[in-house]
Amino acid sequence: MRINMKTLLLLAGLLCLPVAVQAEEQYSDWMLSISRHKEFNPVKNATYSEECGSCHFAYPPGLLPSQSWEKLLNAKALENHFGENAELEADTLREVRAFARENAADKSYYKRARKIAVATENGEAPLRITEVRYIKRKHHEIPEKMVKGNKDVKSLSYCDACHTQAKNAVFDEETVRIPNYPDWED
Amino acid sequence: MKKLTAMLLAFGLLAAPVAFATPATDSLLVKYKSEGAGKADPAKAEQDWMREVSVDGELMACATCHGSDFAKSGKHHKTGKVIEPMSRKVNAERFTDVKKIEKWFKRNCKDAWGRECTAQEKTDFLTFLLAQ
Repeated sequence: MRINMKTLLLLAGLLCLPVAVQAEEQYSDWMLSISRHKEFNPVKNATYSEECGSCHFAYPPGLLPSQSWEKLLNAKALENHFGENAELEADTLREVRAFARENAADKSYYKRARKIAVATENGEAPLRITEVRYIKRKHHEIPEKMVKGNKDVKSLSYCDACHTQAKNAVFDEETVRIPNYPDWED
Repeated sequence: MKKLTAMLLAFGLLAAPVAFATPATDSLLVKYKSEGAGKADPAKAEQDWMREVSVDGELMACATCHGSDFAKSGKHHKTGKVIEPMSRKVNAERFTDVKKIEKWFKRNCKDAWGRECTAQEKTDFLTFLLAQ
């Protein structure tokens, strides 16, 4: 009887395990990984990386709430994407938009994404990452000469100009190197 | 001798644009023809490459971002992103993907000239660029 019970429990456990992992993959990732949930979920979609990244840094979707991505990633809006034509084929657009929405700030468990979700909760969803209060506050103390006046940076939009691990969705202070200002420390 | 020179010249003229063609460009040139394009005029494309058109107060040409040395990489006028060289001699990946070629023709013609390019213009550009 005891053995039977144990076997039963083991079997039940084995059956449940893959289902649970599959159903909440994002959540379990977050639970099991101590280092990664500090930052943003990295860009793990080849189409997103290719299509966005062929013109600019492929921003991790956690940098904006899903409402912002809705506004940015539709056929009409992409005809004039910050002054550039960025039209995509319907299938490609669907995939890029789905990835952005599913990993948007308000859908993410990662710490910085949560902060962005909170900062953009109220009011109009921003179109620019540089308009997000949290991002503004984080860059507030950096003198203009190091960004705008720095020929190798030019604007806060070029995340990866200073955030050396931006491509891995890591934006902590330790990984910041401002070009032409090697001695900068926060 | 004269005949041989003429033959060599004819062969050279025929072979030159074909030398760097790809299955993608072959199929696109056929498509453009079916859309009404006539014989390719690479000389016109060469002129058009430098032709500046004012779009939203900025003078734009193909060369604004791509440069005019096809063996060298270009730079996006706003984002500064590096654009790989247009020449297949140095960039074997160039013009190998039908979807990519069409996507960028559409976007770039609109950005640089404020309208889509015609089948004829695309034929001219493609033929001209393949010979670089």
